[in-house]
Amino acid sequence: MANFYTDTPELKFHLNHPLMKRIVELKERNYANAGQFDFAPADFDDAMDSYDKVLDVVGEICGEIIAPNAEGVDHEGPVCANGRVTYASGTSVNLDATRKAGLCGVNMPYRYGGLNFPTVPYLMAADMVSRADAGFENLWGLQDCAETIYEFADDDQKQRYIPRICEGETMSMDLTEPDAGSDLQSVMLKATFSEADNCWYLNGVKRFITNGDADIHLVLARSEEGTHDGRGLSMFIYDKRNGGVTVRRIENKMGIKGSPTCELVFRNAKAELCGSRKLGLIKYVMSLMNGARLGIAAQSVGLSQAAYNEALSYARDRQQFGHPIIEFSAVAELLATMKAKLDANRTILYETARFVDMYKTLEDISKERKLTPEERDECKRYNRMADAFTPLAKGLGSEFANQNAYDCIQVHGGSGFMKDYTCERLYRDARITSIYEGTTQLQVVAATRYATTGFYLSMMKDYAAQPVADDLKPMHDVLDRMTAEYEETVAYVMGKESQEFIELHARRMVEMAGYTIMAYLLMLDASRDAMFRRSAEIFLKFARTQNAQRSIFIKETDTADVETFKVK
Amino acid sequence: MKGLKIIVLAKQVPDTRNIGKDAMKEDGTVNRAALPAIFNPEDLNALEQALRLKDQFPGTEITMLTMGPGRANEILREGIYRGADDGILLTDRAFAGADTLATSYALSCAIRRIKDFDVIICGRQAIDGDTAQVGPQVAEKLNIPQITYAEEIVAADDKKIRVKRRLERGVETVECQYPVLVTVNGSAAPCRPRNAKRLMKYKKATGKSERANNEALEKQVAAKPYLDINEWTVNDIECDVNQLGLAGSPTKVKQIENIVFQAKEAKVLGNSDAEIDDLMKELIANHTIG
Repeated sequence: MANFYTDTPELKFHLNHPLMKRIVELKERNYANAGQFDFAPADFDDAMDSYDKVLDVVGEICGEIIAPNAEGVDHEGPVCANGRVTYASGTSVNLDATRKAGLCGVNMPYRYGGLNFPTVPYLMAADMVSRADAGFENLWGLQDCAETIYEFADDDQKQRYIPRICEGETMSMDLTEPDAGSDLQSVMLKATFSEADNCWYLNGVKRFITNGDADIHLVLARSEEGTHDGRGLSMFIYDKRNGGVTVRRIENKMGIKGSPTCELVFRNAKAELCGSRKLGLIKYVMSLMNGARLGIAAQSVGLSQAAYNEALSYARDRQQFGHPIIEFSAVAELLATMKAKLDANRTILYETARFVDMYKTLEDISKERKLTPEERDECKRYNRMADAFTPLAKGLGSEFANQNAYDCIQVHGGSGFMKDYTCERLYRDARITSIYEGTTQLQVVAATRYATTGFYLSMMKDYAAQPVADDLKPMHDVLDRMTAEYEETVAYVMGKESQEFIELHARRMVEMAGYTIMAYLLMLDASRDAMFRRSAEIFLKFARTQNAQRSIFIKETDTADVETFKVK
Repeated sequence: MKGLKIIVLAKQVPDTRNIGKDAMKEDGTVNRAALPAIFNPEDLNALEQALRLKDQFPGTEITMLTMGPGRANEILREGIYRGADDGILLTDRAFAGADTLATSYALSCAIRRIKDFDVIICGRQAIDGDTAQVGPQVAEKLNIPQITYAEEIVAADDKKIRVKRRLERGVETVECQYPVLVTVNGSAAPCRPRNAKRLMKYKKATGKSERANNEALEKQVAAKPYLDINEWTVNDIECDVNQLGLAGSPTKVKQIENIVFQAKEAKVLGNSDAEIDDLMKELIANHTIG
């Protein structure tokens, strides 16, 4: 029996992080939920045991159902006919299994039928589902959208929609349009309020909508006539039961083929306003996006894990020159580096998830009672940390997933180029992770301010102050030097007092910050568990050289070079 | 229509599908310590058929029944996580050492105590003994009809069910009135996964043998009675103790041999009587049968 949870002890390690005690205490309201809901945990150990057991179920479904279906789903794909989408047969089996297992609305509160899980175990499930089939993760992971309804919709809407999502109805977030991709301020889909019917109607076209034939949609639309920017946009809930939206076509994609990417036509589609008018883009989408980006970070980790596992097992089996190829150092190094990047991506993912759990749970509690001044500070601090780390986890993590998928094919040699092995699907599936929910370039834009304001530096210093095992001191020394190098390099950029110069080097600065932080986190992981020792050492060497290269690049350019790089 | 009353018979078995080197002891018996104890696979197929009836007819109640030591409660919990309503463990020294006859006798006595049922569903056979006898024997002892080798319960109403049977040379669909016993093949739909909420709710369900000398567990069950898994001993059922356990088992193991298969290729036979006759003689001569 394949089980993706029990065969990857790294997950349980991250689940058992010391901060979980506080997260679970907050999430369970000091275990007051246990009296009201018969499946709510009575104490911390009970909660952790439940997460562990439910993740075991997820691991089993991934290993026994979703992963074996992945190849068939990739070949069959969904079809669009008469304005509706039919999933590939394997996708329907997967959805049925996750529904029957009750893995919907995983992080929704008990009162709406959810499991009230923190983000950490929820993303662990996403991590495993992505390893099994990254395309299926898109469908399953869209339950994330429930969070937007939970945070911003009114009580009546929450009562009507969230229980349906917890029962397994699917969701989509309809943002992109032909002329509004990265630039969502240009969204044109029109929302008109009908006084006669006392409701909103949507008209227009959406493009590249993942799972566009979902049961419940969140739709970004222009509610303020005559406006042209983000302030004229509002968020709507469209219920498929009301009709008015058809699927014109589905895209023929390179990867994640099981996930239908739809072009939608809205014709007088009845919809309800979610939250307040005009806050659609500037508040709700921004919040929705951060959750979605962390989801892509988890998808990247799952894909990296799949790529590593495929490469490792092939390298052990494949014999050349009378030896399994894993015995050749060139191959072994590829594998060791893949594992180091995987572990680095995973550690920053769950670190970020903990930050999200801390601030979101405190925010949620603030709706029930006044937070203490300490809690308010804590909430603000974790919110900032989450916002700073999310683009690193997504931006750098998705690049690692692509590198690992590339190296996985390399380990397979000629066979990897054939359609016969899983690695070619992983290669195609990984490609989108550094594009959707904001390209790597946009993640850099989101992260730059944390480099230029010294926030990442302060995080590095926090990590440096944490105690580590004695035998890790040499690693700590290297990290001290890397931190100093980062500080110096950023200071050099800032010293030029040129916004364009900052933009020229933004990616390099953000990468330096990300690599250093990941190396710190891996060192701290290795200090808690020897399992991470090798990855910590290898990643440190990788990060050290990557950062040195970036530092040289930056310091050997001047403001005049801004023009040099401008292609016209 | 009202819900059905279903009994699912299940067995905890050593996992014989992944045999390692230490799977057998020197004396040729199964080394149970080296093999994980699992839910007999075809009993899971049986449970899924029961759960589908429950999906279709709300109000249906599924009771799982098993016989074994205290740890067999594990499979009852597994069944409850997947959607069974409750479980009964028949556990007593007096049941130990039972062959298929004594097992089916004990199970039938327990079912007589449950009394009210429409359908009994069980796996075709268990992967440890591979006899496929217990289901049919239970039906005989209860004097009810049986449908063996079922692949799917294709329809049901408040009087009867229609079942598709997977046979060696094809498929047969039959109908039968309640009460009826159905044995299910491994080719039937796999069982649905454990449900997260049920798992979180029932993970602390225990039988009284598991709670012995554990005050914390006793307190839990006192506060939440649904966490109690029924355990029945020989005193809880009406039975003739001479027909139970080793005493009630006419099957005697004469000898156990370790066989290492020599032949690598399959033998293809024609369908003439002479060829079958030759094969029978060969099998008798090498003591495979007889």
